Amino acid sequence: MGDAEIIPLGVRGEPGRGSRRSTPSAAARSLAPPVSSHQQGPVRAGATPQAADAEQPGTSDASATPRGIPMEDLLHALAAAAGQFFGEEWEAKAAELMAFARRRLAGSYEVDDFGFDAELTSRFLMSALRPIAQSWFRVDVRGIENIPDQGGALVVSNHSGTIPVDGLMTMLAVHDHAGRHLRPLGADLIFALPVLSELARRSGATLGCSQDAERLLAGGELVGVWPEGFKGIGKAYSERYKLQRFGRGGFVAAAMRTGVPIVPCSIVGAEEIYPLIGNIPSLARLLGVPYIPITPFFPLLGPLGLIPLPSKWLIEFGEPIRTDAYGAGAADDPMLVFNVTDQVRETIQQALYELLERRGRAFF
Amino acid sequence: MGRNVLVTGVSRGLAAQHARVLALHPDVTKVVGVDVVPPRQGIDGVKFIRADIRSPVVGKVLAVEDVDTVVHLAVAPSSTAGSRTSTKESNVVGSMQLLAACQHSATVRKLVLKSSTSVYGASPRDPAMFSEGMGPTRSPRSGFAKDCVEVEGYVRGFARRRPDVHVTNLRLANVLSPVWDTPMSSYLRLPVLPTVLGFDPRLQVVHPEDVLESLLRAVVHDVPGTFNVAGPGVLVLSQVLRRLGRLAVPVPAFTLSRGGSTILAALRANVPGDLVQLLMHGRGVDITALTEVFGHRPRHTSAATVDAFLLGLPPGSVADSRVRAAQARLTEDRSHREKVDSHG
Repeated sequence: MGDAEIIPLGVRGEPGRGSRRSTPSAAARSLAPPVSSHQQGPVRAGATPQAADAEQPGTSDASATPRGIPMEDLLHALAAAAGQFFGEEWEAKAAELMAFARRRLAGSYEVDDFGFDAELTSRFLMSALRPIAQSWFRVDVRGIENIPDQGGALVVSNHSGTIPVDGLMTMLAVHDHAGRHLRPLGADLIFALPVLSELARRSGATLGCSQDAERLLAGGELVGVWPEGFKGIGKAYSERYKLQRFGRGGFVAAAMRTGVPIVPCSIVGAEEIYPLIGNIPSLARLLGVPYIPITPFFPLLGPLGLIPLPSKWLIEFGEPIRTDAYGAGAADDPMLVFNVTDQVRETIQQALYELLERRGRAFF
Repeated sequence: MGRNVLVTGVSRGLAAQHARVLALHPDVTKVVGVDVVPPRQGIDGVKFIRADIRSPVVGKVLAVEDVDTVVHLAVAPSSTAGSRTSTKESNVVGSMQLLAACQHSATVRKLVLKSSTSVYGASPRDPAMFSEGMGPTRSPRSGFAKDCVEVEGYVRGFARRRPDVHVTNLRLANVLSPVWDTPMSSYLRLPVLPTVLGFDPRLQVVHPEDVLESLLRAVVHDVPGTFNVAGPGVLVLSQVLRRLGRLAVPVPAFTLSRGGSTILAALRANVPGDLVQLLMHGRGVDITALTEVFGHRPRHTSAATVDAFLLGLPPGSVADSRVRAAQARLTEDRSHREKVDSHG
């Protein structure tokens, strides 16, 4: 059997694989006769000619220059990787990215009066959220035509999910489908926390107070509010899709004062991402936070429990409710403000029920 | 009618410069400067009177010099004597004494006060922009900010008792000047700047030229009221540091508090107490009233003020020029080496 020589490719006659012994096993010894390196080379090349050819430049260079992978190959690989990553016009895109980095390092970028950094938000935050929205939550956006192309408007939405992921997803939906930035109004807790406060301001959020809301709306911005606040986001799983009290109607007064339309927004799907089944009020009081959530997986599974469940999401923007028809003193008429608040709340609640029926099962 | 102007705290940078500007103005007949120490350089055309505004001497000065306009610039973050107690004494008691003298004066027709936007405090519950009518969410409890709040209170009382006197209160944002000693300037002059970990506050600064112009306008024109004086636009601290090419060392918030600051002080990296809250939560002020009612449109934005400040500073450790120089050195080095290689 001279022409049917068996050559173990994996171990090359060296100590046995898997046994962790320094000497070859008896089987390996009998399999691999003492072949010279000269003999082994051609046989391997013959066995897999293409693979060997492909390997040739890299491996031969590496053996010739023991310093490591040569620079040229590395550059080629980088160029190929860049092509893969950025697509066809990778050079232009890479140059743009470099220019962006330089601008950042020199500090020559602009933030608005609220600390909003549009460039950074579009480039990084939205890009980071997009795969989560598309692949994990499979967000379905409806009624985007109800968001005005320009001018101020107040997007009012239900709030749920233990962690305000719904806010981020609404921001992304508005950014990608309507081509505008949604400026969320947040609780003061966000702005007291390190890192989070910085991120929130950078991404366009500001404190949920009437002064900021009116300033943004008067400036023609699209503002997002979640009037249920912590009551909505931290409600138990059994209470899902039941709207809580809508704050004190401050958002309606702000819209009336600036005469902008209110766009009701209903989000289905956020309730299931972290089903809240319990709370540790004493610890929450100690830490000064509104609640410490207990979900089926948190804190049981530790950090793993922080992965949101992949529920199916629907975000629907309803027909705008006009506020410019009311008189000048409308915002100071509590009865009118309460009525409009209830109207918005009812609209969202109805839309939620419809969306729930349309969605069917929560997960798959 | 020419004006006889009294400028308090005239030995300090801003007040001295303002007195110089006033002395050159055609509408101003006479400028009298008072301070406890004489100015380091002579101020042309200004009559200097060495007096402590905490003493009743001020009343006599007002009467003798026939002063009709008082520009009160002596409220300062730090006094010449140094300690916090004496600073507070000079700021608050000095202002009280001066106001008492003004109330009794038959000649005083106008009072211009230099206050600070630090009266709005800085807290996570603050609106993004403060306008003049808003109060602080959390009142400043110490330092210069508290002095300003108290002085403003006394000035309001004075305005109530003397409605015939025009009172203009200018709340200045942090002044960035390469020459004057202001808390923000000296903070930004540190070689390595301690910042608060996890916070990147919004800052609004004002150019010295805009400060001088608004002070002059307040003296020459009658524009009573309270006005924020700041450059349009805000910058975040990290952006300011990038522009200045300074290194930031983020430290947890508690190290900058009263106890922890001693460690930093030992490292000669002291952050003035007033600044700590600002370095966490930042502050923005609305300058609509300044442009529309007061009639001064700031010529320098906050960003331009920072850039102007940079010109008066030695380059920071990671300044753009230095980075470029290092880059040039490196490439030069390499091309040189390559040349040697190819020849060899």
